[in-house]
Amino acid sequence: MSRLKILALLPLVAALSGCDYIVLAPAGDIAAQQRDLVIISTVLMLLIVVPVMALTVLFAWRYRQSNTQARYEPEWDHSTKLELVIWSAPLLIIVCLGALTWMGTHLLDPYRTLGRIHAERAVDQSKAPLEVDVVALDWKWLFIYPDYGIATVNELAAPVDRPITFRITASSVMNSFYIPALAGQIYAMPGMETKLHAVVNHAGTYKGFSANYSGAGFSGMHFNFQGLDDKGFDTWVAKAKSAGGSLGRAEYLQLEKPSQNEPVRRWGTVDADLYRLILNMCVETGKMCQSEMMAIDAKGGNGHQGLNNTLPLTYDKYARRGAPLGPEPVFVAGTCTPDAPQGKTTASITAPVDTAPLLGAGLKRPSFTPLKSSSFFLGQRPKSDS
Amino acid sequence: MSPDLLKLIFGRLGLESLPLHEPIVVGTFVVVALGGAALLGGLTYFRLWGYLWREWFTTVDHKRIGIMYMILGIVMLLRGFADALMMRGQQMLAFGGSEGYLNAHHYDQVFTAHGVIMIFFVAMPLVTGLMNYVVPLQIGARDVSFPFLNNFSFWMTVGGAVLVMASLFIGEFARTGWLAYPPLSNIGYSPDVGVDYYIWALQVAGVGTTLSGINLICTIVKLRCPGMTMMKMPVFTWTSLCTNVLIVASFPVLTVVLALLSLDRYVGTNFFTNDFGGSPMMYVNLIWIWGHPEVYILVLPAFGIFSEVTSTFSGKRLFGYTSMVYATVVITILSYLVWLHHFFTMGSGASVNSFFGITTMIISIPTGAKMFNWLFTMYRGRIRYELPMMWTIAFMLTFVIGGMTGVLLAVPPADFVLHNSLFLIAHFHNVIIGGVVFGAFAGINYWFPKAFGFKLDPFWGKMSFWFWVTGFYLAFMPLYVLGLMGVTRRLRVFDDPSLQIWFVIAAIGAVFVFIGILSMLMQFAVSLLKREQLKDVTGDPWDARTLEWATSSPPPDYNFAFTPVVHDNDAWWDMKRRGYQRPLTGFKPIHMPSSTGTGIILAGFATAMGFALVWYMWWLAAVSFIAMLAVGIGHTFNYHRDFDIPAEDVIRTEDARTKLLAGAK
Repeated sequence: MSRLKILALLPLVAALSGCDYIVLAPAGDIAAQQRDLVIISTVLMLLIVVPVMALTVLFAWRYRQSNTQARYEPEWDHSTKLELVIWSAPLLIIVCLGALTWMGTHLLDPYRTLGRIHAERAVDQSKAPLEVDVVALDWKWLFIYPDYGIATVNELAAPVDRPITFRITASSVMNSFYIPALAGQIYAMPGMETKLHAVVNHAGTYKGFSANYSGAGFSGMHFNFQGLDDKGFDTWVAKAKSAGGSLGRAEYLQLEKPSQNEPVRRWGTVDADLYRLILNMCVETGKMCQSEMMAIDAKGGNGHQGLNNTLPLTYDKYARRGAPLGPEPVFVAGTCTPDAPQGKTTASITAPVDTAPLLGAGLKRPSFTPLKSSSFFLGQRPKSDS
Repeated sequence: MSPDLLKLIFGRLGLESLPLHEPIVVGTFVVVALGGAALLGGLTYFRLWGYLWREWFTTVDHKRIGIMYMILGIVMLLRGFADALMMRGQQMLAFGGSEGYLNAHHYDQVFTAHGVIMIFFVAMPLVTGLMNYVVPLQIGARDVSFPFLNNFSFWMTVGGAVLVMASLFIGEFARTGWLAYPPLSNIGYSPDVGVDYYIWALQVAGVGTTLSGINLICTIVKLRCPGMTMMKMPVFTWTSLCTNVLIVASFPVLTVVLALLSLDRYVGTNFFTNDFGGSPMMYVNLIWIWGHPEVYILVLPAFGIFSEVTSTFSGKRLFGYTSMVYATVVITILSYLVWLHHFFTMGSGASVNSFFGITTMIISIPTGAKMFNWLFTMYRGRIRYELPMMWTIAFMLTFVIGGMTGVLLAVPPADFVLHNSLFLIAHFHNVIIGGVVFGAFAGINYWFPKAFGFKLDPFWGKMSFWFWVTGFYLAFMPLYVLGLMGVTRRLRVFDDPSLQIWFVIAAIGAVFVFIGILSMLMQFAVSLLKREQLKDVTGDPWDARTLEWATSSPPPDYNFAFTPVVHDNDAWWDMKRRGYQRPLTGFKPIHMPSSTGTGIILAGFATAMGFALVWYMWWLAAVSFIAMLAVGIGHTFNYHRDFDIPAEDVIRTEDARTKLLAGAK
């Protein structure tokens, strides 16, 4: 039996040597500490799991019916001592693991700024961390480097041993920002911001991707993360700078439309306010930003008048947002920003994208025209004219 | 006809809604249509419709309803498993620039349907079916508390399954993953019928599940036979009680969260939208407040089955009955305190994450205690390796691995690197297949002779067992490995060719499981043919311990001619030991509930309403809703709801059994 088991393990050992177990051999300190926790927890649990499995096999074999040598006590069903052991043994393990969890979770909280570069080196507090704003789009990643005024799609780079601060959001649906070599994942969610602090210790090119299914183009939503030395990083920044182009609000609205398997793109300059607008879902001119809306609501809101402070929605990433029995889709009009005066038409932005629903890569769009929200009964309600 | 009129009648359903451009779906449809036509033709030819209607569809007998639940579960298993094979095939092929054979539109439906079907229409019916069949017998009752409600619950579950199956051929299913997180599942990003099918299938089936939960709680609390105090209930009845408490406390949450999502989708509210103050996070919280208890809803009855099986086949009392009961209750309560561990990575603070991580780990303590209790039940026993016991041993060895990886995932920093990876997929298949599915198979092999009067064929049973077990390990151990390589779930195509070998192994494992499933169907067929050889006339083929084995196999409609009186945990074992004599005289008429077609008619209208709402056929939705109300109210005027089995019939049935028993000796 045991010989068979060893034989069965052989291909596994062979495989272990040949493959890229990035989660177990990462290149960043945060991921390395997370890996350590994975291993320590597993070993702790094996302390109880291995005996249980061994006892199962042993008892299953020893007390088989044909073994009449074994003791048979059909009425034996209780032993206080044994009960104490079987409740306290797992309890002890969980006490250890719980303590480890509490410490590990706080130490490796993605919101916590780094204390060390790696096990032997503390963070140099005089140097500012690299800031990167991450936006998950349908279905590509946008990285904005506010300090350098550059932006890229589907390519991320950072200098080795310099702490990185990611601010993460999304444009439409939930994704999860994950570079296994660097640090654990964190969700990218529209209208919300998550943070991640990490550092890469070894130069190299690593995979990054979305770890949360987000629709048809999800499989192609990956990028390369490059850990570069300082010089290499400067070259990389210069390359983006020289790519020219400018990522402003109009360009962003084009970019955020659903597309799949996007190649790497770079912009030499980027609207400094763009990330804030994306996060607050008000890149479109005339839309009220979430932060303003919340500020107004915190002061009691606009009352009944506020209900009318809307404009018909003409632009959308997908078409057809309106519910069949609901009102025409609208957005809340901005009230206080200079570029979004109330009443100003939004016609200058864009028409809705293709009105048929998306089906997926390589598929033709269906031929039927979608049911308009205005015509679920015979009568036609007047459509908004914009 | 004018387009407007067409739209009024058919809503958004048109010829284009039929997936004629998907050759795989068309092929499936042809096969299903031919099979269905053959089945219907056969039923008509052999004039079985009347029999089916009278004896099965309208029955309120908990035993027949239980069997119908099992059939539903096994039929849907075939559908859900076909989805699994397709996914394994796609992931095995889509390397090196290949797109595989499924486009995103199809593949995304396949993995969503697989999850939904396996949880709601395979695992739930199997578990509910076993509880329905066994619990009233174990507690010495004639039926459940509300027999008509039981029939209605079953047909509502079928209604949900019908909607899911309809989505395969009419329109499409959701492309959102099995929990349909907004914003993706909201009207803005999923404007098609898929999510609506999802919503209404689960709402219709959810009504059935909730009502059946209420029914079984009432049954267990109120209908136990004299002498059976709570602490003398068989462990399976205990776990069923806890499971149904969980159902009643958690399914309403699912109903509400889906209702809110449908308001967002139908009338343009903003509960879970990105703007207008909506928050998708709220959905994620709510759905997991249902979703986490759901996994215990599935696994607790399986624990109960393993307890019964271990004790019976070890020929020994269950070790630590009291701690087993407390462990079950503790798990029931704790299962409400852990939901956030499904989304540690959504940005909660470290203290919140630690809290939920630690509560999750605490659940492993009672679960571990249960594991030891089964171990020490085997200790100094005389273990007979019949099929149910084989499944139990396979469970014990498999489940601890799944439990271990589960606790590992409960450590938030570890979860940050493993969340949504194939490691997670391997983990939950490890516990659901290793726990729930193995448990259901142990239960089927264990109670089949009770339900039908003959044992299941051991040869094909063992074939099924070995193919399932090796297939499971082949299919899911590579997924653990892939998870450690950082491969995430639900991917349709891959770049890295070094991963392919693992997907090939996993696909081979899936084929093994497929052979296991076929062997099980073969086992049923062969057993039916060899039923005379496999016959059991004693009603107690395993020398078992609980009350269901005290009556004949299959049990008479009334279960027990006289309500038994219980003095011990292992009631039947105790009766046998004391030299119990079956009463042979003094039979009286037995009061029983009557069959009624109301349940199936109501569920039919509910399904029609669901279908109408999916396709925006408002008139049909209104008509079926009104019809439902009318039938429901009409049923309150049905005064033919019970009858008495005459004493002569009871005497005849019992005399026949006396003869059989005498013949057996």
